[in-house]
Amino acid sequence: MGFKTFPGGIHPHDNKVFSKDKKIEVMPLPEKIVIPLSQHIGAPSKPIVKIGDEVVAGQKIADAGGFVSIPMHSSISGKVTKIAQFNHPTGALVQGIEITGDGEDKWIELVDESNFMDLSAKDLKERIADAGVCGMGGAGFPTHVKLSPPEGKKIDTIILNGVECEPYLTADYRIMLEQAEDILAGLKILMKIVEAKHGVVGIEANKPDAIKLFKKLLKNEKNIKVVGLHLKYPQGAEKQLIYAATNRKVPNKGGLPMDVSVVVQNVGTAIAVYEAVRYKKPLVDRVITISGKIVKNPKNIKARIGTFYSDLLEYCEGTTEDIGKIISGGPMMGFAIPSLETPMTKGSSGLLLFDKKEAHREQENVCLRCGRCVDICPMNIVPSFIAHHVRNDDWDSAEKSGVMDCIKCGSCAYVCPSHIKLIQWIDIGKIKVSENRTN
Amino acid sequence: MNDVFAVSAAPHIKQKISINSVMWQVVLALTPALLIGIFFFGIQSLFLTIYAVAASVFTEALIQKFRKVPITVNDGSAVVTGILIAFNINSSAPWWLPVLGSIFAIAIGKQIFGGLGFNIFNPALLGRAFMMASWPTLMTAGWKFTTPMNNLFQSSINGLNNLPSNFPEVVTSATPLRVVKALRDTTQISSDVANTVMDNLTGMNTLQDLFWGNVGGVIGEVSAAALLIGAAYLAWKHIIEWRIPVSYIGTVFVLIYVFGGINGMFSASIMLPIFHILSGGLILGAFFMATDMVTSPVTKKGRLIFGMGCGALTVVIRLIGGYPEGVSYSILLMNIAVPLIDRYTVPKPFGQIKR
Repeated sequence: MGFKTFPGGIHPHDNKVFSKDKKIEVMPLPEKIVIPLSQHIGAPSKPIVKIGDEVVAGQKIADAGGFVSIPMHSSISGKVTKIAQFNHPTGALVQGIEITGDGEDKWIELVDESNFMDLSAKDLKERIADAGVCGMGGAGFPTHVKLSPPEGKKIDTIILNGVECEPYLTADYRIMLEQAEDILAGLKILMKIVEAKHGVVGIEANKPDAIKLFKKLLKNEKNIKVVGLHLKYPQGAEKQLIYAATNRKVPNKGGLPMDVSVVVQNVGTAIAVYEAVRYKKPLVDRVITISGKIVKNPKNIKARIGTFYSDLLEYCEGTTEDIGKIISGGPMMGFAIPSLETPMTKGSSGLLLFDKKEAHREQENVCLRCGRCVDICPMNIVPSFIAHHVRNDDWDSAEKSGVMDCIKCGSCAYVCPSHIKLIQWIDIGKIKVSENRTN
Repeated sequence: MNDVFAVSAAPHIKQKISINSVMWQVVLALTPALLIGIFFFGIQSLFLTIYAVAASVFTEALIQKFRKVPITVNDGSAVVTGILIAFNINSSAPWWLPVLGSIFAIAIGKQIFGGLGFNIFNPALLGRAFMMASWPTLMTAGWKFTTPMNNLFQSSINGLNNLPSNFPEVVTSATPLRVVKALRDTTQISSDVANTVMDNLTGMNTLQDLFWGNVGGVIGEVSAAALLIGAAYLAWKHIIEWRIPVSYIGTVFVLIYVFGGINGMFSASIMLPIFHILSGGLILGAFFMATDMVTSPVTKKGRLIFGMGCGALTVVIRLIGGYPEGVSYSILLMNIAVPLIDRYTVPKPFGQIKR
């Protein structure tokens, strides 16, 4: 039915079969949570509670650390027991607030304003900012910032990202099936805030029932349409999605979607926006996929932010074999983390468990110059050249070769017959080049 | 439960592909042509191939042992080189010819640069050039016709009068391409005669024979059909990509059509380019040699330029140069240009700002 796509890309096995037909389950309250103060791109949030303070679910416990930042809220009721460094889903150690639950699930007072569309754009945006909403697809860019284009930039299209091109992950798929109305309500709020005339919901071809459902719901909507997208990775990458959905190319060298009058939000974010606006409910829970061949009972779980991965896995009855690798996020762009004692964040879309065999990686070999990485690169750069420059500490050449344009989708490393860790090299290059820029 | 978990950079899944699988699939793709070679030229072809492969693998292992680097002969790349060396000699060659060719190909063509991934030239082609330069008569003489081809020439020649006395010998002991070259170069025969021979060569029967392999030739290039089966497999497996073969063959087609006729520009029939493409190892070269990953450009545009360059040089050598053939030298010459091509064809990133 006229699916669209972008140039380049790969076709990994999607492995969604483990969890795609599992209805979202609400996880029982965890005994303990940790709210990391950095769950987003931008300045870390500043704690406003101290050890021993009693808090309730939804209560603000940290202020935004600046404009490009978000506040944090407790996701359960209980007592602040520690403010310290904790594991973070990106593998780093990050300052966080530990809250030990009282098991009662007391909440702040929520509202229910069914006439929320009458609110002004400014009020809508304020509620989103107050609720601590950030992009829930992974990068975690504060949503209210995305909705505040600088003077002179007009946004005409909001694209909701329902692509979920990462293998294994099914959280977005499930919410699209189970909370489609909420998603569309969120989309309309987003469109109102930036006065966008058009709304697009981009869904990949492997979710035909979601496409069908949205088409049905949007039958009478003139300004919002569903765009079916070819099953190809990284179809859900922002620039690739924008190109497929609108035929616009986001400029490279730091260009943003707003440069082509587009804002992209994840479908999960749309729900968070809707709940923030209608109920003034802060972003304190989300749906996460727990999957992998060795997971006894893979699930899509609605869990409180800050719940430990170990608790989530326990809820899925653990694993059938020894774990070889823990991946926070999807298998293409997610982070391998050293411990299950890591809290989930607003950007945690999945937790994958691999056995020892799946975790095994071949030795890096010499580059055959086969050009497979060039053939599939969705950013049309030459990954093998960049890796070569980085290996030689040649940062200028790396920058000229477009190291900063790389979106780190991992397609090149996926297809490399020599098992070259292209993303690892490119990442080093990105860090070095931006260091040199600031110096 | 074991508490040590692997931590690595993303991606955490990997396509099932390795250097070994790529190379052994190339070996597989060369098998139909080898079988056809054995069918037409006898079991001797198989023995020569085994000698070449054994010499390649042994040379690679020996040098790697000497260099104190891991021995990687099971990656199949030396096997590919050995097969391609054998494909470039004819079945009546002595056993030591493919052996020496392979030793040269691996030692000078590959290991001296640092082994797989670092060589500038296609090792097999360098080995062939070495054999051509050292034993030109062994490489070209003893070229066997299969019977139908011989009859074709005899009949077309017997029907002609006024032939110079030496012409039949030239024809019957030469490859079809050599005949074409002779027709262009000689002033000894009348244009009528030349045209008749040319028509015969580019007739449907000849082209069919060339396609199915019912002609003489070296072991590997005898049947275009068998080579194309292998090439189709490699293309299906995404091991070779269309740009180099298509631009190579396309360029040859166009240039031969324009300049290939014996009566000036555009005098060639449309069959002549097809004749050129089907003969003289061009199919083997375009699909299996020019596409060698290590010695061809990495960029997409670069691959097109590389293929066009190979095509243009092949045509220049065939029409103007001293050899009736031209595939191997044209690819070797373009191999040298690869770093330069790569440098000037780096693609524009997606979303490049127009200036």
